[in-house]
Amino acid sequence: MTPLPNPVDESRRSPLRWLADPFAATGRRAINWVNNLGASTIFLFLGFLRIFRSRQIMKVLEQLYLIGAGSVPIIVLVGLFTGMVLGLQSYHALVKFGSQGALGTLVALSLIRELGPVLTAIMITARAGSAITAEIGSQRISEQIDALGTMRIDPLRYLISPRIAASVISFPLLTAIFDVVGIIGGYISGVVLLGVNAGTYLYRVESSVDMKDVTDGFIKAMVFAVIVTTVCCYQGYFAHMRTDSYGARAIGRSTTAAVVISCVLILIADYVVTSLLI
Amino acid sequence: MATPLIEFKDVSKRFNGKTVLERVNLQIYEGEVTTIIGLSGTGKTVLLKHIIGLHKPDEGTILFRGQPLDRIRRGDLPMSYMFQGNALFDSMTVFENIALPLQETTNLGHDEIRRRVMTRIEQMELADAVHKYPSEISGGMQKRVALARALVTDPQIVLFDEPTTGQDPVRKNAILGMIAQYQRSFGFTAILVSHEIPDVYFISNRILALYGKSIVFQGTPEEFEEFDHPFKEEVVNSLEGLQRELTGLHSRRQFKLRYQGQLRGGALGDAYAVAVFSLDGLDAVAGHLGHDAAQEALRSLGIFLGKHFGAVGGFSTRRSMNEYVTVLPSTDRAEAEGILGEYIRDFQGQEQAILDIWASAQRHSGTELCVELTLLAGLAQGRPDEDIDGVIESARRDRRVISRIRCINQGEGT
Repeated sequence: MTPLPNPVDESRRSPLRWLADPFAATGRRAINWVNNLGASTIFLFLGFLRIFRSRQIMKVLEQLYLIGAGSVPIIVLVGLFTGMVLGLQSYHALVKFGSQGALGTLVALSLIRELGPVLTAIMITARAGSAITAEIGSQRISEQIDALGTMRIDPLRYLISPRIAASVISFPLLTAIFDVVGIIGGYISGVVLLGVNAGTYLYRVESSVDMKDVTDGFIKAMVFAVIVTTVCCYQGYFAHMRTDSYGARAIGRSTTAAVVISCVLILIADYVVTSLLI
Repeated sequence: MATPLIEFKDVSKRFNGKTVLERVNLQIYEGEVTTIIGLSGTGKTVLLKHIIGLHKPDEGTILFRGQPLDRIRRGDLPMSYMFQGNALFDSMTVFENIALPLQETTNLGHDEIRRRVMTRIEQMELADAVHKYPSEISGGMQKRVALARALVTDPQIVLFDEPTTGQDPVRKNAILGMIAQYQRSFGFTAILVSHEIPDVYFISNRILALYGKSIVFQGTPEEFEEFDHPFKEEVVNSLEGLQRELTGLHSRRQFKLRYQGQLRGGALGDAYAVAVFSLDGLDAVAGHLGHDAAQEALRSLGIFLGKHFGAVGGFSTRRSMNEYVTVLPSTDRAEAEGILGEYIRDFQGQEQAILDIWASAQRHSGTELCVELTLLAGLAQGRPDEDIDGVIESARRDRRVISRIRCINQGEGT
């Protein structure tokens, strides 16, 4: 009896294959990445166009409540402690140069230009972005999105557009809250706890921040809103297309992927936008 | 023949290199109930999803009123689809689920939407579940919510993907009865995928048999009885075990086999009698007391027929939605009249059982309306050399009222 050949006989593989495999895998990943980038851009474009269709106002308001109002407590908490830590660390650095009077400038500019938009976006990704992916993914797996199609309801209009609109509105507002609470946090640690002059702190905040800093921060927040919503909605909407898992596990993996990709893209976009605005 | 409403021409579909449909050709006509039957995993749902546009064929063409389906905007297709898993929105209440297509696709006012939704809710006996979420109601109720949602926009075509899956026998037949009743009332074209052989025969105008990735039969249920193909052995036999669930009687095919077996073996004697029973007023029962009550009445009658006539060597089948046929071997008409007389006397107790079901349905639906159910029976004598269909037709013509079951309020009966 002739033994059956081993379908994957590792010992007989050409040494060149061992060399080529990593490149092939990288190539496949790159092609897949470019495909997803293109698909998600089209997805965003189509979703954005549908914001302006009829019957959208109530859905946008509902999403504003879920994404925006629902995130206020966590943004306040994170903003407060970020400001306090920033005040604490900056005070000890500045005091070495006798420049503790510049604490207000450092705290305010750091928060308004960088930390506010970035940390707000990351916190919303963790809180609302993951929920968006899980909810849409669950609707996809249980055929609810197909059901919308059979009812002649455009799923992009019904599910995606209100979330994009709500995010673009709520990210800058939440960033503003984060900035203000962060400056208050810096005041608590710098003025109340470490004894920096209150008038100096507030004067430095007021005099060093100009309108461009605020608008640049808001531009970043809006860019992050588009990135986070697109990534999270896209991952949920196409959860059924995953090749590595199915069903509930696919929703879990999509949610993880959405949060990780969003956070990485927020940081990359932060650098790109800063370099363009500066 | 008229232009088909939907026509598949050499449609093929593959998923990941695996062929699911291969050169499928079929026609579906307007105003009919068409049922697609076949074993699980043979592509029935895929076929249905091609009609609604959720799948596109890899090869071939699908025509809608003679126009290629891919050239018609999905919004212009007057179709609804009832999913096998219901696909209800789990974060919405029953009311919101049913109202959704009206809110999103029409310009109707709030009051009009509420009126239409509540009408469907009452028709589907869902009044108790209006404000509940899908996870808080039974599987049967979820099916009815999905059916209500599919019908609330008054579509011209409704596609049902295994509408009776996971239901008990009474509920299965109640859902099929509901589909048949609404199809008659609203005149939509119904396309079903179902395993419920032979129950779907009673409501279907046409049967399509999917076997080996292709359609191997298209025709009426009567023509399907004569269809000679491995499909019958492999598919129908494997599914027909379900036939006893509702009535405990033979399927039409098994009835025919037994008749032919007895004919060949001489067990029918020189003469045999055929009795035809029918229940009139089932639609009124379904309309006022619910489809479950109507199916319970049919089930009770079927079981009683089986018991009564089985004891004297007879065998019965359900011929249509509300008609039963019994063959009494070696019995002439005079003897059959005597047996029928005994049956009518015995039926008095059965009447009370049916009334009890109605009383329960009345309490459940909160209605005090009274409906009348009429049992008719006809007899005919046949000879072994005679075609049984002719004898059945004679018995049908001979039908007369043998019992009227009329409820008075809250289950009192006459």
